[in-house]
Amino acid sequence: MAEIIRVEELVKGYDTQKVLDGVNFSIAKGSITAIMGVSGTGKTVLLRHLIGLEKPDSGAVYLDGTNIVSMGSKRLNRIRRRLGVLFQEAALFDSLCVWDNVAFPIREHRGFSRTQIVEKVEDKLAMVGMLKHSGKLPSELSGGMRKRVGLARALALDPEIVFFDEPTTGLDPVTRAAIYRLISRTHFEASGTFVIVSHDIEGVLDISDEVMMMWAGKIVSRGTPEQIRKTSDPLIRQFVTGSADGPIDVDMTN
Amino acid sequence: MSQRRLFGLVLCRLFCRGAKVVIPMTNVQSPCEARQSASPSQSLTVWFGQCCLQGAMSFFEEIGRGLILLVASVYWVFRPPIRIRQFMEQLDFVGAQSIVLIGLTGGFTGMVSVLQGYTGLHRYGAESMIGATVALALARELGPVISALMIVGRVGSAFTAELGSMRNTQQIDALASMAVEPVQYLVAPRIIASILCMPVLTIIFCFFGMVGGYWVAVGYLGLDAGMFLGGVRYYLDAGDVAHGLTKSVVFGLIFSLVACSEGYHARGGARGVGLATTRSVVVSAVLVLLGDYVMTSVMFG
Repeated sequence: MAEIIRVEELVKGYDTQKVLDGVNFSIAKGSITAIMGVSGTGKTVLLRHLIGLEKPDSGAVYLDGTNIVSMGSKRLNRIRRRLGVLFQEAALFDSLCVWDNVAFPIREHRGFSRTQIVEKVEDKLAMVGMLKHSGKLPSELSGGMRKRVGLARALALDPEIVFFDEPTTGLDPVTRAAIYRLISRTHFEASGTFVIVSHDIEGVLDISDEVMMMWAGKIVSRGTPEQIRKTSDPLIRQFVTGSADGPIDVDMTN
Repeated sequence: MSQRRLFGLVLCRLFCRGAKVVIPMTNVQSPCEARQSASPSQSLTVWFGQCCLQGAMSFFEEIGRGLILLVASVYWVFRPPIRIRQFMEQLDFVGAQSIVLIGLTGGFTGMVSVLQGYTGLHRYGAESMIGATVALALARELGPVISALMIVGRVGSAFTAELGSMRNTQQIDALASMAVEPVQYLVAPRIIASILCMPVLTIIFCFFGMVGGYWVAVGYLGLDAGMFLGGVRYYLDAGDVAHGLTKSVVFGLIFSLVACSEGYHARGGARGVGLATTRSVVVSAVLVLLGDYVMTSVMFG
């Protein structure tokens, strides 16, 4: 399958700490890929580089064949119109109501008529089951509802690539399952490329085509969910079973 | 921490921003306190030097990022799409919603100026000069400076707090990820609205100042209305008004740039936004007064 995202030797450090230490991978078009790892291994930082929110110290990020690292803001914005991002805390605009939040990227894209905007927004809101709350402000919503609105906003323009930063962190098990079902259903319908950054291994293994494991600023292994489940690699085994003992030293002893 | 040391710390803190005074909460020093204060092995002189260096660096860093933001705003203002809606919202917030506050403060400033001026001028029998004195003071100094300080408190703090919260909840990142340039969407409309509103607010301030002054002079002190207005007409010329309005435009640029820069670069959650807002108001107010002196000495020098 054709690749749509390619990351080469990505390095990024803050102060004295190296967060990304030579990340390499590629993601196939139309797949759901999960990037997993314990908290603090640089998953979110990696995601910010993929959207071009941060510039790496060295390395390259190719989105659909073009390197976005050296790109000026004008061309970068043209690429960004093809992306959707669900941020960790949803990052809804708190001055706008739910409806306007979802309408925001559609209005910004221009070239849509009023009726098209209404149609698209209501379609996406219905998809995440938030149509009846469309007049509420983000501050009036629960965490799970905010994530759903964020999801509707990320998918508003039917983007080619959608990034999810911890889509289920901090949610109850029922809402979490609902979010995963929503993600896999929309992927089935929209057939974009989905990249999920998460440490919620069980949910992610169920819906993704490929899983990458990140540890200490590097992609240490990758494979299909079956391979990940069956692997003998002690690092992955520890993560899958959720054990405190193993090669991943979470460093809580001193 | 010895008393001498604490005294030194406070002294250093007065002179440079890099130094942090840590007042220990208990007799045990936590790691974050240790990180903030210098290591005890250093001499106070070395530590003072380091603090000064740090302070100077953060000072220049702040100026630099403010100027970069200004250049970016100017660049993005002239690029499509034009953010009319955001601009109108800010015009409303900075201008229209400030009118009551500015009118009120202007009125009281004019009233108290007449009252104070009268006690002085009355001694020399120069009551006829009261109108001219107050009009000149309002047009040249009080109008632009006091309205700028009021707007710094009302609008500048809101700019910093809002942008700072947006930064800390990833809303600015979300804008960028949706191909909306945050500087164009958030910063540029605020700066332009401030630059345009300040002279108008200054005029309103001066108008209400004169109305208040007239009321106190004629209604309360019983001075002759013709004498009051005649003095204003004779001594106040268009140059004084232009001088005051030029100042107010510069003040508008200064405070909005400081406020937006502090908010746009705010880090560190609720505390960070709080500190940024404090810094924004303090730095804006100081720069307004400093700029006032510089501009007055240039324009009258």
